[in-house]
Amino acid sequence: MTATATSAFADIGRSDAALRTFLHGLPGVDQVGAEQRAAMLGTRSIKTTAKAWAIDLAIRMVDLTTLEGADTPGKVRALCAKARRPDPADPEAPAVAAVCVYPSMVPVAAEALRGSGVHLASVATAFPSGQAPLDVKIADTRAAVAAGADEIDMVISRGAFLSGRYAEVYDEIVAVKEACGDAHLKVILETGELATYDNVRRASWLAMLAGGDFIKTSTGKVPVAATLPVTLVMLEAVRDFRAATGRQVGVKPAGGIRTTKDAIKYLVVVNETAGADWLDPDWFRFGASTLLNDLLMQRTKLRTGHYSGPDYFTVD
Amino acid sequence: MSDRLAVRKTYKLYVGGKFPRSESGRSYLVQDSNVALASRKDVRDAVVAARAAVKGWSGATAYNRGQILYRIAEMLEGRRDQFIGLGEAPADVDAAIDRWVWYAGWSDKIAQVYGNANPVAGPYFNLSAPEPTGVVGVVAPPDSPLLGLVSVVAPAIVTGNTVVVLASEGQPLPAVTLAEVLATSDLPGGVVNILTGRVEETGPWLAAHMDVNAIDLTGALEAELARSLEEAAADNLKRVVRPSATPIDWHADPGLGRLTAFLETKTVWHPKGV
Amino acid sequence: MFEYAPAPESRSIVDIKPSYGLFVNGEWVDGENRNKTVNPATEEVLAEVAWATEAEVDSAVGAARTAYEKVWSRTSGRERAKYLYRIARIIQERSRELAVLESIDNGKPIRESRDVDVPLVAAHFFYYAGWADKLGYAGFGPSPRPVGVAGQVIPWNFPLLMLAWKIAPALACGNTVVLKPAETTPLTALLFAEICQEADLPPGVVNIVTGAGDTGHALVSHPGVDKVAFTGSTDVGRAIARAVAGTRKKLTLELGGKAANIVFDDAPIDQAVEGIVNGIFFNQGHVCCAGSRLLVQESVYDEVLASLKRRMALLRVGDPLDKNTDIGAINSAAQLDRIRTLSEIGASEGATQWSPPCSLPDRGFWFAPTIFTGVTQAHRIAREEIFGPVLSVLTFRTPAEAVEKANNTPYGLSAGVWTDKGSRILWMADRLRAGVVWANTFNKFDPTAPFGGYKESGYGREGGRHGLEAYLDV
Repeated sequence: MTATATSAFADIGRSDAALRTFLHGLPGVDQVGAEQRAAMLGTRSIKTTAKAWAIDLAIRMVDLTTLEGADTPGKVRALCAKARRPDPADPEAPAVAAVCVYPSMVPVAAEALRGSGVHLASVATAFPSGQAPLDVKIADTRAAVAAGADEIDMVISRGAFLSGRYAEVYDEIVAVKEACGDAHLKVILETGELATYDNVRRASWLAMLAGGDFIKTSTGKVPVAATLPVTLVMLEAVRDFRAATGRQVGVKPAGGIRTTKDAIKYLVVVNETAGADWLDPDWFRFGASTLLNDLLMQRTKLRTGHYSGPDYFTVD
Repeated sequence: MSDRLAVRKTYKLYVGGKFPRSESGRSYLVQDSNVALASRKDVRDAVVAARAAVKGWSGATAYNRGQILYRIAEMLEGRRDQFIGLGEAPADVDAAIDRWVWYAGWSDKIAQVYGNANPVAGPYFNLSAPEPTGVVGVVAPPDSPLLGLVSVVAPAIVTGNTVVVLASEGQPLPAVTLAEVLATSDLPGGVVNILTGRVEETGPWLAAHMDVNAIDLTGALEAELARSLEEAAADNLKRVVRPSATPIDWHADPGLGRLTAFLETKTVWHPKGV
Repeated sequence: MFEYAPAPESRSIVDIKPSYGLFVNGEWVDGENRNKTVNPATEEVLAEVAWATEAEVDSAVGAARTAYEKVWSRTSGRERAKYLYRIARIIQERSRELAVLESIDNGKPIRESRDVDVPLVAAHFFYYAGWADKLGYAGFGPSPRPVGVAGQVIPWNFPLLMLAWKIAPALACGNTVVLKPAETTPLTALLFAEICQEADLPPGVVNIVTGAGDTGHALVSHPGVDKVAFTGSTDVGRAIARAVAGTRKKLTLELGGKAANIVFDDAPIDQAVEGIVNGIFFNQGHVCCAGSRLLVQESVYDEVLASLKRRMALLRVGDPLDKNTDIGAINSAAQLDRIRTLSEIGASEGATQWSPPCSLPDRGFWFAPTIFTGVTQAHRIAREEIFGPVLSVLTFRTPAEAVEKANNTPYGLSAGVWTDKGSRILWMADRLRAGVVWANTFNKFDPTAPFGGYKESGYGREGGRHGLEAYLDV
């Protein structure tokens, strides 16, 4: 990123008015057109070698997630074991990208993942609502990083965003990013609450301008989670942001992606929107839990030539 | 018997809201009057005037066009006796007046009758609405010089077209007198242009003119003339109204055919989204 | 790199016979003259097809006349409706077969024949089926009469869809038809003839005569034809208009276009770029309403052009039967010649030609997606219909200038407008002299939406309530 570009974009964050001028100056998104583009890409037919390649890539992109009030250390340890070796019957099956847990479970997960190369992500900042004072969010973040998380999934304050208090959202992301230290920051936009694709594009840019390393669709805790067209719009945003600033930002759809067929549609959208540079676990993730087993089942199908069944894959 | 010498009228063309003589300087004798004998250059000038008037007339509100057509009826009513004096049957003059009134009312209704909201299978607003075709050439009925003339001109212009009319060759005086009515009815110059003379001479120039969008051959009663004009009209795919296969009863309900013949349907699509 | 492995649709579902006759009076009759139809993607000969002679056309018109007088004009609207519904259902049931055959004979991508052409064909029959017993409510009087025998000539770009646009309203209104498909794409029309048999449509109601220009000429000038409907080039349309002059034949023409696709600086750019691509590269640009002139506001020219080029680089050109193909084969050697010639003229007139890197198959007829920049209104590529995947890019500064340039053509079939400002859309839509205006979308079709041109793009409308008028004696 050039110095000029940095400062030009840094200035945008100085006030609601400047952010508003910038974000509302972005090209609009036509809902029908965006959804049709996503639907058309969803018709791509990915077969044989391409499918095998895509399945392995998708497995490597999974942020294996458990975010339940009922989570226990035992449950998290089991999940970490699954993350390291998703298919006990097939040592060739790659490990997932990361495990994603609540802050209280980070110490357990850190222990269980040590030396595996699997990243440890923690949600923070009063997940999933984001309704807490900033200092609490900062403390939440610091605690998770201190306990061993190298990725932080924060939620933005949708209330502030929807009421146009863009600087508040911006400042919060900047503060959390600072609290992350070396940990990567994924900014959850909770697109299901943003209501329009215009808002998704603006929130994407806001998060990127404030320093987010990834933009993520959803907490998984509201009725509408990741969708193909929302992800398409976010991929357009990271593509345009890199063209404007030189900095590459990753994208993570989360919630509702349960089948291999779905996952491959997302990879096609990545391929034909942001481009091949994003087809890497460093730049694209799936926030998912049940998806992994379906990917493994399809992987087995391709390997063995016959359909498998859920009894042959571990439920963790 | 008065010893005052009457002031005779010079029967001229009506082009662009003005009353020029034929650029050719020619005239022909009808009912003891010299009537302008239009040339191909008069056709050319009339088309230029008609084209220039399209933007303003088609852009006027339908309400405004309806008001002006009604005004024409008012002015015609006031000159009723004058047309009877030219030999028109009173019933024909009355019907001509009423025809202006009838078409005047269509100005702001035709889009509602002839347009459609289309329930397409997708998230789109979709509307079809009529629009005027543009410049319409009209060969007026030779045998009904006022009622027939009004019956072909009014439906063409009420929707926003402009016309170049070749008036009845044998009975042109009602057409020229109607021009005087039009000129005093707030009708913008150029919306109706009336040429008198020989259809065999001017018709082919009008039919072949590349800046004319449609042609009404109702008055081209001779089959070979109608055929040749229709053939010439194909050069730029003019919309063509052929002469009727059977004699037309000009007193009958005209229906919508002459309105819709010079309308284009434009369909506009727009996505519905947030 | 994410390389999509080949994903070919199986062609085993279609059964192409070595040779086809004419479909006259519900039966197959051998034609006197025969010619070959080829797969434009491979140049493989697909079948021999009859090229109907004047006498054969005469017998087809005679069959249509008899069926009209003895059967179809006496069949109630309700019964006609049920035949059309039946046809619509069979089209849905045999949709895969129709889509594959269309792609093989035409060269269009299976994704389009499967997702656009064939679903629209079925929808068209469903839509007009419903009109057959409701014509008295269509605004043409209480009991409008059919015209009689319709002679219909259709082009090769959407063979089955154009057939549906012609046959569905004609039959719904009570006419019988003689239809001539294009000589390079006869096979789906011949399969449609089988569907008519399968539906037990009375003999002679639909007659299919294959052949080229001579056959078409014999059909439209046949004295027994009451109604002529043509979709194709403006030059042929002109000739047909001359040929029917002085007759009582009713005529509708759907001809060429040179549509402007206008992008304002406040447009939703990503969707606009999709619309530009869809506008000119859909169906290899073999689309009469293609958005072949891109008018971009100068203030976003660089941005739009960069996005367009990036997007064009993703277009997958190749095997029409591959489910991931975006651009298939040019329909014929003759059409490829025309595209090449006009492109060479574009380059020689000083416009800058650009295509993304793309490897084209060795056999068959192919042309890479192409844009010309630096085009002015005076260039031939900005005025003449190329009917191929070739886009001319022009610029404008103000809305008035955009309208003026858009309308500065003898054509008037369609136009596109891209802007987020609603009032501007309506202002533009009022001023664009075109039969279809797509605002913030492009190349959308629906049986309920009237389609047809202004000026030299022809006259009459197909689709919607308006589409009935062509086939009623009103």
